[in-house]
Amino acid sequence: MTSFTLNGRPVSADLPDDTPLLWVVRDHLDLTGTKFGCGMALCGACTMHLDGEPIRSCSTPLSAAAGKSLTTIEGIGEARIGAAVQAAWQKLDVVQCGYCQSGQIMSAVALLASNPKPSDADIDAAMSGNLCRCATYVRIRAAIHEAAQALA
Amino acid sequence: MTNLTLHNVSRRNFLKAGSGLTLAMVLPLAHAAPAGVAGPGIAGSGPLAAGSFSPNAFVGIGTDGVVTVLSKHLEMGQGVYTGLATLVAEELDADWSKLVVEGAPADAVRYNNLFWGAVQGTGGSTAIANSFEQLRQAGAAARAMLVQAAAARWSVPVAEIVVAEGVVSHPASGRRAGFGELAEAAGRLPVPENVVLKDPKDFKLIGRRAPRTDSVAKTTGRAMFTQDVKLPGMLVAVVAHPPRFGAVVREVDDKAARALPGVAEVVRIPSGVAVLAGDYWTAKRAREVLKIDWDESKAWRGSSGQMFADYRKLAAGPGAVARRDGDADKALGNAARVIEAEFVFPYLAHAAMEPLNCVMRLDANGCEVWNGEQFQTVDQATLAAILGLKPEQVKLNMLYAGGSFGRRANPQSDYLVETAHIVKAIGGRAPVKLVWSREDDMRAGYYRPAYLHRLRAVLDEKGRPLAWAQRIVGQSIALGSPFESMMIKDGVDAISVEGAANLPYAIPNLTVDLHTTNATVKVPVQWWRSVGSTHTGFSTEVFIDELAAAAGADPVAYRLALLESHPRHAAVLKLASDKAGWSRPLSAAAGGKRGRGVAVHESFSSFVAQVVETTVAADGSFKVDRVVCAVDCGIAINPDVIRAQMEGSIGFALAAALSGEITLKDGQVEQSNFHDYPVLRINEMPLVEVYIVPSAAKPSGVGEPGVPPLAPALVNALFAATGKRIRTLPIGEQLKT
Repeated sequence: MTSFTLNGRPVSADLPDDTPLLWVVRDHLDLTGTKFGCGMALCGACTMHLDGEPIRSCSTPLSAAAGKSLTTIEGIGEARIGAAVQAAWQKLDVVQCGYCQSGQIMSAVALLASNPKPSDADIDAAMSGNLCRCATYVRIRAAIHEAAQALA
Repeated sequence: MTNLTLHNVSRRNFLKAGSGLTLAMVLPLAHAAPAGVAGPGIAGSGPLAAGSFSPNAFVGIGTDGVVTVLSKHLEMGQGVYTGLATLVAEELDADWSKLVVEGAPADAVRYNNLFWGAVQGTGGSTAIANSFEQLRQAGAAARAMLVQAAAARWSVPVAEIVVAEGVVSHPASGRRAGFGELAEAAGRLPVPENVVLKDPKDFKLIGRRAPRTDSVAKTTGRAMFTQDVKLPGMLVAVVAHPPRFGAVVREVDDKAARALPGVAEVVRIPSGVAVLAGDYWTAKRAREVLKIDWDESKAWRGSSGQMFADYRKLAAGPGAVARRDGDADKALGNAARVIEAEFVFPYLAHAAMEPLNCVMRLDANGCEVWNGEQFQTVDQATLAAILGLKPEQVKLNMLYAGGSFGRRANPQSDYLVETAHIVKAIGGRAPVKLVWSREDDMRAGYYRPAYLHRLRAVLDEKGRPLAWAQRIVGQSIALGSPFESMMIKDGVDAISVEGAANLPYAIPNLTVDLHTTNATVKVPVQWWRSVGSTHTGFSTEVFIDELAAAAGADPVAYRLALLESHPRHAAVLKLASDKAGWSRPLSAAAGGKRGRGVAVHESFSSFVAQVVETTVAADGSFKVDRVVCAVDCGIAINPDVIRAQMEGSIGFALAAALSGEITLKDGQVEQSNFHDYPVLRINEMPLVEVYIVPSAAKPSGVGEPGVPPLAPALVNALFAATGKRIRTLPIGEQLKT
């Protein structure tokens, strides 16, 4: 039995230690906003925050979360940066198919938490692990600047 | 396999879907779903509440004033939910903030694609084009009934009623009512047979920005994709597929798999061995310990290199003729100088971010499916045949698709068929969610076909093309599909030559012919965003650039001189080149050579030109700096969605141009995931500017037409920078060698 907090609520999972957090959360804790894209930490669709740090949950074992705080797209809007990023995404209509966007938003929030005023180059560096097959990248860049401005 | 066949349709008109024609497509589906089986509101959130008002198959208005628009088309990112809602809301004068869009159920009678006859489905960039009048009429009918109800309630003339942003009012008396207050009364009125649509000058929403209807759901994790469906008692299935196309299971030892805790079933199905468990991870672990002996006696064991060598031999001799103007052979035979080029195109995977998946439940009444459903009528018929049901017993719930790029409209319904076989194999005892891993998705075939093109041309004394001969070699998508009889005529699959056979340039002697290779190559193929134009747009627009270079002419001026009878091509070409500053030299870049290239192409009745600017470093690496795009898609319904589709198409096409390539070796697909099939990352995305040509023409699509011009414009830009012409895609490391 592994216990941790998920979006601020205590949860526990009775699963093998090596079960990826992605499947723990999606299949057993029934939060499906975080997506499965590649299973190899190549696409970023599964990005969550573990104690505030972005992780690829498809390749992070359940054991890594023991006693820690896990945040997903369902909980990220509770905090100021998350809410600003979601608002910017909505204002600029970043999404197309939307499947990768939970991961994009989680990575963007992590970027803004450590770098409140990122340049285009900072954004490219921080976001290059998050694939968007619809190639919404022009708007992702613009929305991160938009959120940064709203938070300033 | 299904016995579904589509015929009696003009293939030209099917392809030219934006023409606005309604086609007579004959299907064995005269008994398509009766209205009572699959009504509006049944999909999605359930029937509309009592007292609500549903004047037609597309619009419902609740007593709370919420307007529900039923979309007959799949939302896969292209913005169709927003676009269709705009059409309804415009004529209804609805409040955009009180509008929701739901996926319509499968019903080929009410929800058919008007360009496809009695077939419901999304593709060919037809969604807005075929719905333009239908959904405006739906909105206008609902509006007329609300007005009628208000006039009766207030005892005032209909002509004095005003409707704006979801409020019906009578200015003379100051009376006002929201749609919700009038919904019940309006619902008791007869639906008007004839309604007058707005004059375009009165449009309030069309042509302006309406926020996407799916932005909030897709930024909060609430949007429901197939991957997110969880039904009570549901099992998750993963399937071990054969290592080569055409191989089948000879024997399976599943003891170790069955011994794993949580594994519910292991079943053999035609496409492999399915493992079912309560969750994905358990099913995947169990699949890893299956021991399968594959019978590969009928498997295809070809390799990409040998296949292209065979294609090259075929390209030396004439094929089935798709177009013949004048006598190109004679002109080529008499010429002192023939300009010749060979173009090579690899297989391409769609690689949508949501790997393919499907949820299915079988019970005594029929089958129910949850899916990013793109091809309702074909899927219904195909599933019904496998499950021994009538098509109307196959209920399809259309969810958001996490991308498709054509893949979810599979002509054989491949992944739905696989799910049906699994559900059938377990006797329907549990609902099943089929989940493909990224590797399953990438290796399952149904790729954009590989092609080889050979082009030859002769210039006249002024440098204009006197003759142009294009030969295309590759697999047909339509052959062996329900579209065979419609698409293939005199040995030519219209899909294989679209974009080449309708070359717009004025050339007196022009031949396009085709070799179809399905008899010897057994890799499953299908349409991929912009279909035939993915390859024909490249070869024609690079080759015309080569002719311009041979003539010593400016690439834009050379094209414009040949487009006098194609004003819409010419207009986007002029707009893109003007906005890009084509007449001024490119600014220099430190440590690199700069180049600018252009391409223009029509697909699905939309016209797009792009100018690409690139910087090539000394080591041959290069960066795409900026893309200027002009599009003419008729009346621009949602300009911001159009811009988004152009931006996305440019990124999607750039990924393929840079590195997109599926290769086969001894029949095995060599790629498996994003490390060896890279798709575009944010650091590779250029600046993009999009300009929309003002137009009063009927709207045409924007999901695909932004794709074809990018790769040729890039290759032409690289030529301008380096003098090296790349004719084999992907570009890869070719500038470095």
